[in-house]
Amino acid sequence: MNYFSLIIGALLVNNVVLVQFLGICPFLGVSSKISTAVGMGAAVMFVMTLATLVTYLVQVLILVPLGIVFMQTIAFILVIAGLVQMVEMVLKKVSPALYQALGVFLPLITTNCAILGVALIVVKNNYGLVEGLVYAIATSAGFALALFIFAGIRERLEYADIPPVLKGAPSSLITAGLLALAFMGFSGIV
Amino acid sequence: MTFKENLTKGFFKENPIFVLLLGMCPTLGVTTSAMNGLGMGLATTAVLIAANVAIALLKNLIPDKVRIPAYIVVIASFVTIIDLSMAAFVPALHEQLGLFIPLIVVNCIILGRAEAFASKNGVGASAIDAISMGFGFAMALTMLGSIREILGSGAIFGYSFVAEGAPTMLMFVMPPGAFIALGLLIATVRAISTRAERRAKVRANNPIPTIAVPAGGKA
Repeated sequence: MNYFSLIIGALLVNNVVLVQFLGICPFLGVSSKISTAVGMGAAVMFVMTLATLVTYLVQVLILVPLGIVFMQTIAFILVIAGLVQMVEMVLKKVSPALYQALGVFLPLITTNCAILGVALIVVKNNYGLVEGLVYAIATSAGFALALFIFAGIRERLEYADIPPVLKGAPSSLITAGLLALAFMGFSGIV
Repeated sequence: MTFKENLTKGFFKENPIFVLLLGMCPTLGVTTSAMNGLGMGLATTAVLIAANVAIALLKNLIPDKVRIPAYIVVIASFVTIIDLSMAAFVPALHEQLGLFIPLIVVNCIILGRAEAFASKNGVGASAIDAISMGFGFAMALTMLGSIREILGSGAIFGYSFVAEGAPTMLMFVMPPGAFIALGLLIATVRAISTRAERRAKVRANNPIPTIAVPAGGKA
């Protein structure tokens, strides 16, 4: 497969949040400020790339040779949980400010379905190691892009006068719907 | 919390989707039809009940520091069982739900209930909690799936009710429709519950006057 079309496909056409519906919780939860959105986007990019690398190796070197592919879900989620724990400890040491900002949401990366989802997609589509990593980077960049745009819209939406029943989640979801409509314009590029 | 409160909370007061906003990914991802929503809801309910019961049983054996990884292993085991069972018995539905079945592992509702309820309560109460939350989730998914299927493909549970080739609002079975339909559904549920609350408050402040019946006389 052509890397360029793989990147455009994962970044825009099949955007992980707006088309594939993976990682909606952090998308709705951490998107009220641009600064935290950037931090979360960066954390997800880092974890997703690392997780895809490690889960790919687990699949090829452990699960397939031993014939225990049915253990895939359990093995992958444990590897990801361990990785997130490690990233958390490293971040606490290296950048306390970012750690403060992301606080509660870092442990939540474990239950960010985008990470496990991408790991499973890479294995299911029989991507090679390089293809898989390119796919993971492009997908997480797509996540960061969607989160960044969405946070920008929500910062402005905060001062808008909206009916009380639509405040919070409903207006966020409808905004995300309009954003998804805009991203549908990319379909057919690749 | 009484038994009745525990059993009914998941449907309205603490509905995982409308009120707690948990488990959004499968909610938006699979609800292109009512059947898919129901199937996903029931699969999640099955995992939730099994996981809640298992964790309530094991809660004294699991050391506090490693409880989250331990819960995840328990949940992932049940998800694998459900995944393989569905692949064997309902292959068509399994194919439709695809990636979202293994992703039940990372559904926040399940880990959330394990951490917030099953780790502190007995087996019976945890099972009831799981039933309430699970069926509340399934109900919300089926509602959203029905709305999207009716608007987007003019059908309900696969039975079409519009003429062949009639135009439908195709957007509702596509990704943007998922977000918009869920947003409007949550707003509707909120409007209904705030109105009910206001009415209850008015009723509590002005009790309906009872007509006094003269003692001994015929009313």
